Amino acid sequence: MIEVNELTRYYGQKRAISNVTFKVKKGEILGLLGPNAAGKTTTMRILTCYMPPTAGSATVGGYDIFDQSMEVRQITGYLPENPPLYSDLTVNDYLLFVAQIKGVDKSKTSSEIETVIEKATIGDVRNRVIGKLSKGFKQRVGLAQCLLNNPQVVILDEPTVGLDPKQIIEIRELIKNLRGDHTIILSSHILPEVEQTCERVVIISEGEVVAEDTPQNLTARMKGGERVILELEGDEKQVQEIFNSFPDVTGLHVKKSNSGLLNVEVESKKDLRKEYAQALIAKNVGLLEMQSDKVTLEDIFLHLTTKEEAA
Amino acid sequence: MRKTLAIFIKEFKSFFYSPLAYVIIAIFTLITGYLFYNVLSWFVEQSFMLAMQAQQYRQAPPKMNLNLHLIRGYFGTLAFISLFILPTITMRLFAEEKKQGTLELLYTSPITEIQVVLGKYLAGLALYVVLLIPTMFFMALLFIYGNPEFLPVLSGYIGLILLSSTFISLGLFISTLTENQIIAAIGGFALSLLLWIIGWGATFAGGTLKPVLEYLSILVHFEDFAQGVIDSTHVAYYLIFTFFGLYLSLKSIESVKWRT
Repeated sequence: MIEVNELTRYYGQKRAISNVTFKVKKGEILGLLGPNAAGKTTTMRILTCYMPPTAGSATVGGYDIFDQSMEVRQITGYLPENPPLYSDLTVNDYLLFVAQIKGVDKSKTSSEIETVIEKATIGDVRNRVIGKLSKGFKQRVGLAQCLLNNPQVVILDEPTVGLDPKQIIEIRELIKNLRGDHTIILSSHILPEVEQTCERVVIISEGEVVAEDTPQNLTARMKGGERVILELEGDEKQVQEIFNSFPDVTGLHVKKSNSGLLNVEVESKKDLRKEYAQALIAKNVGLLEMQSDKVTLEDIFLHLTTKEEAA
Repeated sequence: MRKTLAIFIKEFKSFFYSPLAYVIIAIFTLITGYLFYNVLSWFVEQSFMLAMQAQQYRQAPPKMNLNLHLIRGYFGTLAFISLFILPTITMRLFAEEKKQGTLELLYTSPITEIQVVLGKYLAGLALYVVLLIPTMFFMALLFIYGNPEFLPVLSGYIGLILLSSTFISLGLFISTLTENQIIAAIGGFALSLLLWIIGWGATFAGGTLKPVLEYLSILVHFEDFAQGVIDSTHVAYYLIFTFFGLYLSLKSIESVKWRT
Protein backbone atom coordinates (compact mmCIF):
# COMPACT_ATOMS: atom_id res chain seq x y z
CA MET A 1 0.00 0.00 0.00
CA ILE A 2 2.74 2.40 0.95
CA GLU A 3 6.28 2.07 -0.31
CA VAL A 4 8.95 4.39 0.90
CA ASN A 5 12.19 4.23 -0.97
CA GLU A 6 15.35 5.88 0.32
CA LEU A 7 13.75 9.17 1.21
CA THR A 8 16.15 11.95 2.08
CA ARG A 9 15.23 15.44 3.08
CA TYR A 10 17.46 18.38 3.87
CA TYR A 11 16.41 21.58 5.59
CA GLY A 12 19.11 23.86 4.29
CA GLN A 13 22.34 22.23 5.41
CA LYS A 14 20.66 20.15 8.06
CA ARG A 15 19.67 16.62 7.15
CA ALA A 16 16.31 15.69 8.62
CA ILE A 17 16.00 12.16 7.26
CA SER A 18 18.30 10.06 5.17
CA ASN A 19 17.56 6.95 3.13
CA VAL A 20 14.38 6.11 4.98
CA THR A 21 12.97 2.93 3.48
CA PHE A 22 9.98 0.87 4.60
CA LYS A 23 6.80 -0.70 3.34
CA VAL A 24 3.32 -0.85 4.75
CA LYS A 25 0.89 -3.56 3.72
CA LYS A 26 -2.78 -2.95 3.14
CA GLY A 27 -4.79 -2.83 6.35
CA GLU A 28 -1.72 -2.76 8.56
CA ILE A 29 -0.97 -0.37 11.41
CA LEU A 30 2.63 0.74 11.31
CA GLY A 31 4.22 2.64 14.16
CA LEU A 32 6.93 5.17 13.48
CA LEU A 33 8.84 5.36 16.68
CA GLY A 34 11.60 7.72 17.54
CA PRO A 35 12.65 10.48 19.89
CA ASN A 36 11.64 14.04 19.18
CA ALA A 37 13.28 15.53 16.10
CA ALA A 38 14.14 12.08 14.75
CA GLY A 39 12.44 12.76 11.42
CA LYS A 40 9.01 11.22 11.98
CA THR A 41 7.06 14.33 11.07
CA THR A 42 9.28 14.99 8.08
CA THR A 43 8.64 11.49 6.78
CA MET A 44 4.92 11.90 7.24
CA ARG A 45 4.85 15.31 5.64
CA ILE A 46 6.57 13.92 2.60
CA LEU A 47 4.10 11.04 2.38
CA THR A 48 1.15 13.41 2.60
CA CYS A 49 2.58 15.63 -0.17
CA TYR A 50 3.04 18.53 2.22
CA MET A 51 6.56 18.89 0.94
CA PRO A 52 8.71 17.03 -1.54
CA PRO A 53 11.74 14.94 -0.57
CA THR A 54 15.23 16.09 -1.49
CA ALA A 55 15.93 12.63 -2.83
CA GLY A 56 14.25 9.26 -3.01
CA SER A 57 10.73 8.32 -3.89
CA ALA A 58 7.57 6.97 -2.34
CA THR A 59 4.25 5.65 -3.53
CA VAL A 60 0.98 5.68 -1.64
CA GLY A 61 -1.70 3.35 -2.97
CA GLY A 62 0.35 2.95 -6.12
CA TYR A 63 0.49 6.68 -6.81
CA ASP A 64 3.77 8.53 -6.82
CA ILE A 65 3.80 11.25 -4.16
CA PHE A 66 5.48 13.69 -6.50
CA ASP A 67 3.98 13.07 -9.92
CA GLN A 68 0.48 12.09 -8.80
CA SER A 69 0.20 14.22 -5.74
CA MET A 70 -3.50 14.99 -6.19
CA GLU A 71 -4.39 11.28 -6.35
CA VAL A 72 -2.30 10.60 -3.25
CA ARG A 73 -4.03 13.40 -1.35
CA GLN A 74 -7.38 12.07 -2.50
CA ILE A 75 -6.86 8.70 -0.80
CA THR A 76 -4.96 9.92 2.24
CA GLY A 77 -6.23 11.30 5.51
CA TYR A 78 -3.67 13.16 7.59
CA LEU A 79 -3.78 14.34 11.15
CA PRO A 80 -0.76 16.58 11.84
CA GLU A 81 0.66 16.89 15.32
CA ASN A 82 -1.31 20.09 15.90
CA PRO A 83 -4.76 19.29 14.55
CA PRO A 84 -5.48 21.76 11.73
CA LEU A 85 -8.68 23.27 13.12
CA TYR A 86 -10.34 26.57 12.42
CA SER A 87 -11.05 27.67 15.95
CA ASP A 88 -13.94 29.96 15.05
CA LEU A 89 -15.95 27.40 13.06
CA THR A 90 -18.37 24.95 14.62
CA VAL A 91 -17.54 21.25 14.39
CA ASN A 92 -20.27 20.75 11.80
CA ASP A 93 -19.20 23.65 9.63
CA TYR A 94 -15.61 22.56 9.86
CA LEU A 95 -16.33 19.01 8.76
CA LEU A 96 -18.53 20.30 5.96
CA PHE A 97 -15.70 22.50 4.77
CA VAL A 98 -13.17 19.67 4.88
CA ALA A 99 -15.60 17.38 3.05
CA GLN A 100 -15.95 19.97 0.32
CA ILE A 101 -12.25 20.54 -0.19
CA LYS A 102 -11.67 16.80 -0.15
CA GLY A 103 -14.17 16.57 -2.96
CA VAL A 104 -16.71 14.34 -1.21
CA ASP A 105 -19.71 13.83 -3.47
CA LYS A 106 -22.40 16.37 -2.73
CA SER A 107 -25.05 13.70 -2.20
CA LYS A 108 -22.81 11.76 0.18
CA THR A 109 -21.52 14.72 2.19
CA SER A 110 -23.96 14.59 5.07
CA SER A 111 -23.80 10.80 5.46
CA GLU A 112 -19.99 10.95 5.35
CA ILE A 113 -20.00 13.57 8.07
CA GLU A 114 -22.39 11.48 10.18
CA THR A 115 -20.07 8.49 9.80
CA VAL A 116 -16.95 10.28 10.98
CA ILE A 117 -18.81 12.02 13.79
CA GLU A 118 -19.89 8.62 14.98
CA LYS A 119 -16.44 7.07 14.57
CA ALA A 120 -14.79 9.87 16.51
CA THR A 121 -17.72 10.08 18.99
CA ILE A 122 -18.09 13.82 18.77
CA GLY A 123 -21.85 13.90 18.35
CA ASP A 124 -22.34 15.84 21.57
CA VAL A 125 -20.18 18.75 20.49
CA ARG A 126 -21.09 18.95 16.82
CA ASN A 127 -22.71 22.37 17.14
CA ARG A 128 -20.05 23.88 19.34
CA VAL A 129 -17.32 26.25 18.27
CA ILE A 130 -14.03 24.36 17.94
CA GLY A 131 -12.01 26.95 19.84
CA LYS A 132 -14.06 26.29 22.96
CA LEU A 133 -13.50 22.53 22.97
CA SER A 134 -11.09 20.68 25.25
CA LYS A 135 -7.83 19.35 23.87
CA GLY A 136 -9.20 15.81 23.77
CA PHE A 137 -12.21 16.80 21.72
CA LYS A 138 -10.09 18.91 19.41
CA GLN A 139 -7.95 15.87 18.76
CA ARG A 140 -11.06 13.85 17.95
CA VAL A 141 -12.34 16.51 15.60
CA GLY A 142 -8.93 16.36 13.93
CA LEU A 143 -9.28 12.61 13.68
CA ALA A 144 -12.79 12.96 12.26
CA GLN A 145 -11.43 15.36 9.69
CA CYS A 146 -8.77 12.93 8.58
CA LEU A 147 -11.29 10.09 8.24
CA LEU A 148 -13.57 12.08 5.96
CA ASN A 149 -13.95 10.66 2.47
CA ASN A 150 -13.06 7.22 3.83
CA PRO A 151 -9.35 7.39 3.01
CA GLN A 152 -7.47 4.19 2.24
CA VAL A 153 -4.44 5.52 4.04
CA VAL A 154 -4.54 7.28 7.38
CA ILE A 155 -1.46 9.08 8.66
CA LEU A 156 -1.47 10.21 12.27
CA ASP A 157 1.32 12.33 13.71
CA GLU A 158 1.54 11.83 17.46
CA PRO A 159 -2.22 11.48 17.89
CA THR A 160 -2.16 11.27 21.67
CA VAL A 161 0.34 13.94 22.54
CA GLY A 162 -0.82 16.38 25.20
CA LEU A 163 -3.89 14.40 26.23
CA ASP A 164 -4.74 13.15 29.69
CA PRO A 165 -4.50 9.39 30.37
CA LYS A 166 -8.23 8.79 29.92
CA GLN A 167 -8.29 10.62 26.62
CA ILE A 168 -5.19 8.75 25.49
CA ILE A 169 -6.91 5.44 26.09
CA GLU A 170 -9.98 6.62 24.20
CA ILE A 171 -7.99 7.82 21.20
CA ARG A 172 -6.05 4.55 21.15
CA GLU A 173 -9.29 2.62 21.14
CA LEU A 174 -10.49 4.74 18.26
CA ILE A 175 -7.34 4.00 16.31
CA LYS A 176 -7.59 0.29 17.01
CA ASN A 177 -11.13 0.32 15.69
CA LEU A 178 -9.88 1.68 12.41
CA ARG A 179 -7.77 -1.42 11.85
CA GLY A 180 -8.70 -3.32 8.75
CA ASP A 181 -10.60 -0.57 7.00
CA HIS A 182 -7.60 1.67 6.61
CA THR A 183 -3.87 1.37 6.27
CA ILE A 184 -2.46 3.40 9.12
CA ILE A 185 0.87 4.99 9.87
CA LEU A 186 1.15 6.31 13.38
CA SER A 187 4.04 8.18 14.85
CA SER A 188 4.86 8.41 18.48
CA HIS A 189 7.63 8.81 20.95
CA ILE A 190 5.49 7.10 23.55
CA LEU A 191 6.37 3.45 23.57
CA PRO A 192 3.46 1.61 25.16
CA GLU A 193 1.25 3.31 22.63
CA VAL A 194 3.06 1.82 19.70
CA GLU A 195 3.32 -1.49 21.51
CA GLN A 196 -0.42 -1.58 22.02
CA THR A 197 -1.73 -0.30 18.74
CA CYS A 198 0.75 -1.23 16.05
CA GLU A 199 1.44 -4.46 14.24
CA ARG A 200 4.82 -3.37 13.04
CA VAL A 201 7.28 -0.80 14.26
CA VAL A 202 9.86 1.23 12.42
CA ILE A 203 12.26 2.90 14.77
CA ILE A 204 13.81 6.10 13.50
CA SER A 205 16.70 7.81 15.13
CA GLU A 206 18.44 10.91 13.84
CA GLY A 207 16.74 10.55 10.51
CA GLU A 208 17.67 6.94 9.88
CA VAL A 209 15.76 3.71 10.25
CA VAL A 210 17.50 1.73 12.98
CA ALA A 211 15.08 -1.18 13.33
CA GLU A 212 11.96 -2.57 11.75
CA ASP A 213 9.96 -5.49 13.13
CA THR A 214 6.89 -6.48 15.11
CA PRO A 215 6.84 -5.31 18.72
CA GLN A 216 7.01 -8.95 19.88
CA ASN A 217 10.01 -9.79 17.72
CA LEU A 218 11.82 -6.69 18.78
CA THR A 219 11.22 -7.58 22.40
CA ALA A 220 12.36 -11.16 21.88
CA ARG A 221 15.43 -10.08 20.00
CA MET A 222 16.50 -7.89 22.85
CA LYS A 223 15.80 -10.30 25.61
CA GLY A 224 19.27 -11.51 26.55
CA GLY A 225 18.93 -12.41 30.21
CA GLU A 226 16.54 -12.46 33.11
CA ARG A 227 16.28 -9.55 35.45
CA VAL A 228 14.46 -9.76 38.75
CA ILE A 229 13.62 -6.93 41.08
CA LEU A 230 13.10 -7.67 44.78
CA GLU A 231 12.22 -5.85 47.92
CA LEU A 232 13.71 -7.45 50.97
CA GLU A 233 13.95 -6.98 54.70
CA GLY A 234 17.29 -8.02 56.13
CA ASP A 235 20.98 -7.37 56.35
CA GLU A 236 22.61 -5.89 53.27
CA LYS A 237 25.76 -8.02 53.44
CA GLN A 238 23.86 -11.21 54.08
CA VAL A 239 21.64 -10.59 51.08
CA GLN A 240 24.64 -9.95 48.86
CA GLU A 241 26.21 -13.23 49.97
CA ILE A 242 23.03 -15.15 49.21
CA PHE A 243 22.78 -13.88 45.66
CA ASN A 244 26.49 -14.21 44.97
CA SER A 245 26.28 -17.87 45.90
CA PHE A 246 24.37 -18.55 42.68
CA PRO A 247 26.87 -19.21 39.90
CA ASP A 248 24.43 -18.03 37.18
CA VAL A 249 23.99 -14.54 38.60
CA THR A 250 25.69 -12.04 36.31
CA GLY A 251 24.80 -8.77 37.94
CA LEU A 252 23.73 -7.61 41.37
CA HIS A 253 22.69 -4.27 42.68
CA VAL A 254 21.60 -3.80 46.28
CA LYS A 255 20.41 -0.48 47.63
CA LYS A 256 19.01 0.47 51.01
CA SER A 257 15.84 2.49 50.64
CA ASN A 258 14.68 5.26 52.99
CA SER A 259 12.30 2.93 54.76
CA GLY A 260 15.16 0.62 55.70
CA LEU A 261 14.19 -2.03 53.20
CA LEU A 262 16.54 -3.34 50.55
CA ASN A 263 15.91 -2.82 46.86
CA VAL A 264 17.68 -5.50 44.88
CA GLU A 265 18.15 -5.96 41.18
CA VAL A 266 19.60 -9.27 40.05
CA GLU A 267 20.49 -10.30 36.53
CA SER A 268 21.07 -13.91 35.63
CA LYS A 269 21.43 -16.16 32.64
CA LYS A 270 18.24 -18.10 33.36
CA ASP A 271 15.08 -17.77 35.40
CA LEU A 272 16.07 -18.30 39.05
CA ARG A 273 13.04 -16.84 40.82
CA LYS A 274 12.18 -20.07 42.62
CA GLU A 275 15.74 -20.60 43.81
CA TYR A 276 15.99 -17.04 45.05
CA ALA A 277 12.84 -17.41 47.09
CA GLN A 278 13.94 -20.66 48.65
CA ALA A 279 17.40 -19.38 49.53
CA LEU A 280 16.06 -16.15 51.00
CA ILE A 281 13.48 -17.85 53.13
CA ALA A 282 15.97 -20.46 54.29
CA LYS A 283 18.25 -17.63 55.54
CA ASN A 284 15.29 -15.94 57.22
CA VAL A 285 15.35 -12.85 55.04
CA GLY A 286 11.98 -11.12 54.67
CA LEU A 287 10.85 -11.48 51.08
CA LEU A 288 8.30 -8.73 50.49
CA GLU A 289 8.21 -8.45 46.77
CA MET A 290 9.68 -10.09 43.71
CA GLN A 291 8.98 -9.37 40.10
CA SER A 292 10.47 -10.33 36.82
CA ASP A 293 11.51 -7.30 34.84
CA LYS A 294 10.48 -7.83 31.23
CA VAL A 295 12.37 -6.15 28.45
CA THR A 296 9.99 -3.54 27.15
CA LEU A 297 9.96 -1.72 23.89
CA GLU A 298 11.22 1.18 25.90
CA ASP A 299 14.46 -0.64 26.64
CA ILE A 300 14.86 -1.47 22.98
CA PHE A 301 14.10 2.05 22.06
CA LEU A 302 16.64 3.43 24.47
CA HIS A 303 19.12 0.79 23.47
CA LEU A 304 18.74 1.49 19.78
CA THR A 305 18.59 5.22 19.96
CA THR A 306 21.13 5.96 22.64
CA LYS A 307 23.45 3.12 23.49
CA GLU A 308 24.38 2.18 19.97
CA GLU A 309 25.35 5.71 19.23
CA ALA A 310 27.65 5.76 22.21
CA ALA A 311 29.24 2.49 21.17
CA MET B 1 -14.95 25.25 -8.89
CA ARG B 2 -16.80 23.64 -6.02
CA LYS B 3 -13.63 23.66 -3.95
CA THR B 4 -13.04 27.33 -4.70
CA LEU B 5 -16.58 27.94 -3.55
CA ALA B 6 -15.94 25.94 -0.38
CA ILE B 7 -12.92 28.10 0.45
CA PHE B 8 -14.91 31.22 -0.39
CA ILE B 9 -17.84 30.30 1.85
CA LYS B 10 -15.61 29.26 4.72
CA GLU B 11 -13.59 32.47 4.55
CA PHE B 12 -16.65 34.62 4.26
CA LYS B 13 -18.29 32.90 7.20
CA SER B 14 -15.08 33.19 9.22
CA PHE B 15 -15.23 36.98 8.93
CA PHE B 16 -18.57 36.92 10.67
CA TYR B 17 -17.72 34.25 13.23
CA SER B 18 -15.17 36.56 14.77
CA PRO B 19 -16.03 40.11 15.82
CA LEU B 20 -13.69 41.37 13.09
CA ALA B 21 -16.26 41.80 10.33
CA TYR B 22 -18.70 43.59 12.63
CA VAL B 23 -16.01 45.95 13.86
CA ILE B 24 -14.87 46.72 10.33
CA ILE B 25 -18.42 47.28 9.09
CA ALA B 26 -19.24 49.48 12.08
CA ILE B 27 -16.15 51.64 11.69
CA PHE B 28 -16.51 51.94 7.94
CA THR B 29 -20.18 52.89 8.21
CA LEU B 30 -19.54 55.35 11.00
CA ILE B 31 -16.76 57.17 9.20
CA THR B 32 -18.36 57.17 5.77
CA GLY B 33 -21.68 58.19 7.30
CA TYR B 34 -20.10 61.07 9.16
CA LEU B 35 -18.34 62.23 6.03
CA PHE B 36 -21.54 61.89 4.04
CA TYR B 37 -23.33 64.08 6.57
CA ASN B 38 -20.59 66.67 6.20
CA VAL B 39 -20.53 66.80 2.41
CA LEU B 40 -24.31 66.87 2.32
CA SER B 41 -24.43 69.74 4.83
CA TRP B 42 -21.84 71.60 2.83
CA PHE B 43 -23.81 71.02 -0.35
CA VAL B 44 -27.09 72.21 1.18
CA GLU B 45 -25.42 75.27 2.64
CA GLN B 46 -23.79 76.18 -0.66
CA SER B 47 -27.05 75.69 -2.55
CA PHE B 48 -28.83 77.85 -0.03
CA MET B 49 -26.23 80.63 -0.22
CA LEU B 50 -26.22 80.63 -3.99
CA ALA B 51 -30.00 80.81 -4.03
CA MET B 52 -29.88 83.77 -1.61
CA GLN B 53 -27.30 85.53 -3.74
CA ALA B 54 -29.36 84.91 -6.86
CA GLN B 55 -32.38 86.37 -5.14
CA GLN B 56 -30.44 89.49 -4.16
CA TYR B 57 -29.32 90.11 -7.72
CA ARG B 58 -32.70 88.98 -9.08
CA GLN B 59 -31.15 86.28 -11.22
CA ALA B 60 -32.18 82.70 -11.82
CA PRO B 61 -30.52 80.56 -9.11
CA PRO B 62 -27.49 78.69 -10.47
CA LYS B 63 -27.92 74.93 -10.56
CA MET B 64 -25.79 72.92 -8.08
CA ASN B 65 -25.08 69.55 -9.54
CA LEU B 66 -25.30 66.63 -7.11
CA ASN B 67 -23.13 64.41 -9.28
CA LEU B 68 -20.47 67.00 -9.81
CA HIS B 69 -20.35 68.63 -6.42
CA LEU B 70 -21.21 65.84 -4.05
CA ILE B 71 -21.10 62.32 -5.42
CA ARG B 72 -17.81 62.66 -7.28
CA GLY B 73 -15.97 63.91 -4.24
CA TYR B 74 -17.66 61.41 -2.02
CA PHE B 75 -16.41 58.48 -4.08
CA GLY B 76 -12.90 59.83 -3.66
CA THR B 77 -13.52 59.83 0.09
CA LEU B 78 -14.80 56.26 0.02
CA ALA B 79 -11.70 55.17 -1.85
CA PHE B 80 -9.53 56.89 0.75
CA ILE B 81 -11.29 55.20 3.67
CA SER B 82 -11.05 51.88 1.83
CA LEU B 83 -7.30 52.32 1.68
CA PHE B 84 -7.24 52.14 5.49
CA ILE B 85 -9.89 49.50 6.02
CA LEU B 86 -8.90 46.93 3.38
CA PRO B 87 -5.66 45.76 5.03
CA THR B 88 -7.73 44.70 8.04
CA ILE B 89 -9.78 42.49 5.75
CA THR B 90 -6.83 40.88 4.00
CA MET B 91 -4.47 40.54 6.94
CA ARG B 92 -5.96 37.35 8.33
CA LEU B 93 -6.57 35.52 5.07
CA PHE B 94 -3.31 33.59 5.02
CA ALA B 95 -1.54 34.76 8.16
CA GLU B 96 -4.16 33.15 10.36
CA GLU B 97 -3.96 29.83 8.52
CA LYS B 98 -0.22 29.87 8.93
CA LYS B 99 -0.47 30.59 12.63
CA GLN B 100 -3.14 27.98 13.31
CA GLY B 101 -1.33 25.37 11.23
CA THR B 102 -4.39 24.86 9.05
CA LEU B 103 -2.35 25.50 5.94
CA GLU B 104 -1.10 21.96 6.50
CA LEU B 105 -4.66 20.77 5.94
CA LEU B 106 -4.99 22.72 2.72
CA TYR B 107 -1.62 21.55 1.45
CA THR B 108 -2.42 17.91 2.07
CA SER B 109 -5.96 18.04 0.73
CA PRO B 110 -6.75 17.42 -2.91
CA ILE B 111 -7.11 21.10 -3.65
CA THR B 112 -4.88 23.26 -5.83
CA GLU B 113 -3.19 26.44 -4.69
CA ILE B 114 -5.10 28.41 -7.32
CA GLN B 115 -8.41 27.37 -5.79
CA VAL B 116 -7.23 28.44 -2.36
CA VAL B 117 -5.96 31.83 -3.50
CA LEU B 118 -9.01 32.53 -5.61
CA GLY B 119 -11.48 31.54 -2.90
CA LYS B 120 -9.79 33.78 -0.36
CA TYR B 121 -9.53 36.70 -2.73
CA LEU B 122 -13.20 36.48 -3.62
CA ALA B 123 -14.18 36.28 0.05
CA GLY B 124 -12.24 39.47 0.75
CA LEU B 125 -13.88 41.20 -2.18
CA ALA B 126 -17.32 40.00 -1.10
CA LEU B 127 -16.83 41.42 2.38
CA TYR B 128 -15.86 44.72 0.81
CA VAL B 129 -19.09 44.74 -1.20
CA VAL B 130 -20.94 44.14 2.07
CA LEU B 131 -19.12 47.16 3.51
CA LEU B 132 -20.40 49.29 0.66
CA ILE B 133 -24.07 48.46 1.28
CA PRO B 134 -24.61 51.16 3.95
CA THR B 135 -23.13 53.77 1.60
CA MET B 136 -25.71 52.71 -0.95
CA PHE B 137 -28.37 53.83 1.51
CA PHE B 138 -26.69 57.21 1.65
CA MET B 139 -26.82 57.38 -2.12
CA ALA B 140 -30.46 56.30 -2.08
CA LEU B 141 -31.22 59.33 0.09
CA LEU B 142 -29.85 61.54 -2.66
CA PHE B 143 -32.10 59.87 -5.18
CA ILE B 144 -35.12 60.28 -2.91
CA TYR B 145 -34.59 63.97 -2.18
CA GLY B 146 -32.78 65.00 -5.35
CA ASN B 147 -32.38 63.85 -8.89
CA PRO B 148 -28.76 62.90 -9.55
CA GLU B 149 -27.78 60.89 -12.60
CA PHE B 150 -27.66 57.18 -11.90
CA LEU B 151 -24.90 55.99 -14.23
CA PRO B 152 -22.06 57.98 -12.63
CA VAL B 153 -23.05 56.45 -9.31
CA LEU B 154 -22.92 52.99 -10.81
CA SER B 155 -19.58 53.63 -12.47
CA GLY B 156 -18.31 55.04 -9.19
CA TYR B 157 -19.12 51.79 -7.42
CA ILE B 158 -17.57 49.76 -10.21
CA GLY B 159 -14.45 51.87 -9.83
CA LEU B 160 -14.41 51.38 -6.06
CA ILE B 161 -14.70 47.62 -6.42
CA LEU B 162 -11.92 47.50 -9.01
CA LEU B 163 -9.71 49.67 -6.85
CA SER B 164 -10.36 47.47 -3.84
CA SER B 165 -9.78 44.36 -5.87
CA THR B 166 -6.24 45.64 -6.44
CA PHE B 167 -5.71 46.40 -2.78
CA ILE B 168 -7.15 43.05 -1.74
CA SER B 169 -4.98 41.00 -4.06
CA LEU B 170 -1.87 42.86 -2.92
CA GLY B 171 -2.91 42.56 0.72
CA LEU B 172 -3.49 38.86 0.17
CA PHE B 173 0.04 38.53 -1.13
CA ILE B 174 1.47 40.28 1.94
CA SER B 175 -0.60 37.96 4.11
CA THR B 176 1.05 34.91 2.55
CA LEU B 177 4.44 36.18 3.66
CA THR B 178 3.91 36.19 7.40
CA GLU B 179 2.04 34.43 10.15
CA ASN B 180 1.64 37.65 12.06
CA GLN B 181 -1.61 39.40 11.22
CA ILE B 182 -0.38 42.79 12.39
CA ILE B 183 2.61 42.65 10.09
CA ALA B 184 0.30 41.53 7.28
CA ALA B 185 -1.96 44.52 7.91
CA ILE B 186 0.89 47.01 8.08
CA GLY B 187 2.55 45.53 5.00
CA GLY B 188 -0.70 45.52 3.04
CA PHE B 189 -1.39 49.09 4.04
CA ALA B 190 2.13 50.22 3.12
CA LEU B 191 1.94 48.63 -0.31
CA SER B 192 -1.49 50.13 -0.99
CA LEU B 193 -0.39 53.53 0.24
CA LEU B 194 2.64 53.37 -2.00
CA LEU B 195 0.42 52.84 -5.03
CA TRP B 196 -1.72 55.71 -3.82
CA ILE B 197 1.09 58.24 -3.51
CA ILE B 198 3.45 57.03 -6.19
CA GLY B 199 1.96 59.50 -8.70
CA TRP B 200 2.97 62.44 -6.51
CA GLY B 201 6.53 61.97 -7.57
CA ALA B 202 5.53 62.54 -11.19
CA THR B 203 5.52 66.30 -10.63
CA PHE B 204 9.26 66.35 -10.12
CA ALA B 205 10.24 63.41 -12.27
CA GLY B 206 11.30 64.03 -15.82
CA GLY B 207 11.72 62.12 -19.02
CA THR B 208 10.46 58.58 -19.18
CA LEU B 209 9.87 58.24 -15.44
CA LYS B 210 7.07 60.78 -15.37
CA PRO B 211 4.51 58.86 -17.45
CA VAL B 212 5.46 55.63 -15.67
CA LEU B 213 4.81 57.10 -12.24
CA GLU B 214 1.61 58.66 -13.47
CA TYR B 215 0.43 55.38 -14.87
CA LEU B 216 1.23 53.52 -11.67
CA SER B 217 -0.75 55.88 -9.48
CA ILE B 218 -3.90 54.11 -8.45
CA LEU B 219 -5.73 57.37 -7.80
CA VAL B 220 -5.36 58.77 -11.32
CA HIS B 221 -7.19 55.76 -12.66
CA PHE B 222 -9.97 56.15 -10.19
CA GLU B 223 -10.93 59.73 -11.04
CA ASP B 224 -12.64 58.86 -14.29
CA PHE B 225 -14.89 56.30 -12.66
CA ALA B 226 -16.12 58.85 -10.13
CA GLN B 227 -17.01 61.11 -13.02
CA GLY B 228 -19.03 58.46 -14.75
CA VAL B 229 -16.50 57.35 -17.33
CA ILE B 230 -15.54 53.71 -17.61
CA ASP B 231 -12.33 53.70 -19.60
CA SER B 232 -10.83 50.38 -20.63
CA THR B 233 -7.26 51.57 -19.86
CA HIS B 234 -8.27 52.15 -16.26
CA VAL B 235 -10.12 48.85 -16.03
CA ALA B 236 -7.04 47.18 -17.49
CA TYR B 237 -4.82 48.85 -14.89
CA TYR B 238 -6.86 47.44 -12.00
CA LEU B 239 -7.18 44.01 -13.56
CA ILE B 240 -3.46 43.80 -14.26
CA PHE B 241 -2.63 44.69 -10.68
CA THR B 242 -5.22 42.29 -9.33
CA PHE B 243 -3.78 39.44 -11.40
CA PHE B 244 -0.30 40.46 -10.40
CA GLY B 245 -1.23 40.31 -6.71
CA LEU B 246 -2.96 36.96 -7.14
CA TYR B 247 -0.02 35.58 -9.09
CA LEU B 248 2.42 36.66 -6.37
CA SER B 249 0.20 35.10 -3.71
CA LEU B 250 0.07 31.87 -5.65
CA LYS B 251 3.82 31.71 -6.12
CA SER B 252 4.36 32.66 -2.53
CA ILE B 253 2.26 29.81 -1.12
CA GLU B 254 3.66 27.37 -3.63
CA SER B 255 7.16 28.31 -2.59
CA VAL B 256 6.44 27.53 1.06
CA LYS B 257 6.55 23.88 0.06
CA TRP B 258 9.95 24.19 -1.47
CA ARG B 259 11.59 26.47 0.99
CA THR B 260 13.27 24.93 3.95
